[in-house]
Amino acid sequence: MITTLDPHSRAAYRGWSDITIRNLFVIPTILFLIVFNIFPLLYSLGYSFTDFRASTKDPVNFVGLRNYMELLSDPNIWSNFTITAQYVIVSVSGQVIVGFGLALLLNRSFPLKGLITTLLLLPMMLSMAVVGLFWKLLYDPNFGIINYSLGLGKLEWLGDPNIALYAVALTDIWMWSPFVMLLSLAGLSAVPKHLYEAASIDRASRLYTFFRITLPLVAPILLIAIIFRTMEAFKTFDLAYVMSGQPTTEVVSIRLYKMAFQEWQTGKSCALAYIVLIMVLCITNVYVKYLNKAKER
Amino acid sequence: MARIRLENITKSFGPHVAVDKLDLDVADGEFFVLLGPTGAGKTTTLRMIAGLEKPTEGVIHINQVNVNDWGPAERDVALVLQQYSLYPRLTVRDNLAFPLRSRIRKLSEADIDKRIDYASKTLRITHLLDRKTDRLSGGEMQRVSIGRAIVREPQVFLMDEPLSALDAKLRESLRSELKDLQMRLGATFIFVTHDQVEAMTMGDRIAVLNKGRIVQVGTPRDVYTNPRDTFVASFVGSPAINLLPGSLAGDVASVAQAFQMPITRSAAVEGPVTFGIRPEDVEVAAGAPNEARIHDVENHGIEKIVTLRVGDNLMRAAVPARVEVKVEEAVRFSWNPDKVMLFDAKTGLNLRGQAA
Repeated sequence: MITTLDPHSRAAYRGWSDITIRNLFVIPTILFLIVFNIFPLLYSLGYSFTDFRASTKDPVNFVGLRNYMELLSDPNIWSNFTITAQYVIVSVSGQVIVGFGLALLLNRSFPLKGLITTLLLLPMMLSMAVVGLFWKLLYDPNFGIINYSLGLGKLEWLGDPNIALYAVALTDIWMWSPFVMLLSLAGLSAVPKHLYEAASIDRASRLYTFFRITLPLVAPILLIAIIFRTMEAFKTFDLAYVMSGQPTTEVVSIRLYKMAFQEWQTGKSCALAYIVLIMVLCITNVYVKYLNKAKER
Repeated sequence: MARIRLENITKSFGPHVAVDKLDLDVADGEFFVLLGPTGAGKTTTLRMIAGLEKPTEGVIHINQVNVNDWGPAERDVALVLQQYSLYPRLTVRDNLAFPLRSRIRKLSEADIDKRIDYASKTLRITHLLDRKTDRLSGGEMQRVSIGRAIVREPQVFLMDEPLSALDAKLRESLRSELKDLQMRLGATFIFVTHDQVEAMTMGDRIAVLNKGRIVQVGTPRDVYTNPRDTFVASFVGSPAINLLPGSLAGDVASVAQAFQMPITRSAAVEGPVTFGIRPEDVEVAAGAPNEARIHDVENHGIEKIVTLRVGDNLMRAAVPARVEVKVEEAVRFSWNPDKVMLFDAKTGLNLRGQAA
């Protein structure tokens, strides 16, 4: 709807129409998006079909789908994807369990509720790299407080290739559970209180009430939290990169980084980036379908 | 079924006293209405009976048993709320089955089906059973909500303004349906409302509440014809009663220094009083003793409510629809001297005492 300007406003005085004003706001954003997002996106799509190397001045050759074929048939890349999948599953499900659990605990009134909620949100406000660095210290087999307080001796959290990935995922859970908690809390507090009262009068058990009333009503917002966390976990880089150099923690983003900036296979790394993009899109699509279903029910 | 007795019930939220030393005795099978304006403590009283709130002081008895420490589930009451409180994402059938599937009941699926069948036939919602609740209209939702109460065969039905969110037509039809239902089930109903029409049409007895206290308990007729004070008098009845300041000397009422009128004496009162006269007891007729001007006319179809202006005072009268009146026209009026109520000018209490 286009409303007319207040005839006495300064904008009207200068002879600006609503459309002019709208354009003043919208055009800079569109330009910014084109220059910094859409152009590089398309440009890198072009590169993904070439053997371009940013480190040399060799002529760029069009190679068709070769980059994609090579990547998809490379067992090492598949192992990167497997690692990423493991990481996503462990870290996102951990965050949902811890975050939703915390939200359930916080969804009642008790003294200092506001303060405790704020404190619980702190991890998510820290920088990834900083979190990675001090968890590295916490995990340290010689002087780390985790081994010390759990009495685990010299357990090499990040040195042991079998557990390093889970140690990184644990840090991610610590850092991002508050995010799930925050969204779940919003969902929980939106459940009308009278439904619980009706259920208590209808003699529904707590478990029944939880599965029949709470969960269906919180599900849509919980799914949104899961979508966000899955996308983030899928492209995770900083934590794993800072905390561990193990091959068993080489998630696909780290592989991508090495390919692009250490091996200088620019064209091929663009292709890999596109493969990751398509995968993330597929996964979120599945979620969004569930989300729509959850909303319909 | 059940008799409900509240004894000296007080409920305070912090410094705010919502219900103050309330006594109630609701007989088995009675349709009992708690009537009052917003904030009178009706809903709080109902919630205490349901077990959703604990009284600060006092005892609640259901069938002579002190239930103060019982939770809502143990009290075996059904609650119908204004917001319907249907369980989302379930079908109507699942909503009706919800209270029956509780493990405390141990009902077989066949029994559950039978009860749902009965309730849905009673409320004429059989055709809605397989629909999701968010696809229902307001009236249908409230029917389902009442159905969820019926299937439980509870000791008491508690209803918190169940009709307030519905449109006028629907409210009217559900009103008679509810009354009908209560008589068929023979169940005890406690019904909270701020709408005096609902109270008058459905209630066997009405308790009028104001500021956390009971002002008057009685049959609708009682409350209407013999209100305990000016609050009840003006709260019950539509159009509202005319309350006019004046004074009484012998059998003659001098009203607001504007006109004089005879009354039938019933109490030995002299001096300043507040006169109460219902619009239907004010008569507009040629040859009547007093003159007034028409201030306003409201046409209600079956009758007209005219507002008369006498000096600075406004007074409403119900006249038959066929009477033609125009605004600012001069008319003559009188009142039915037997129907004049006398209230204390200071306290507002009815000076006739409890006699009907």
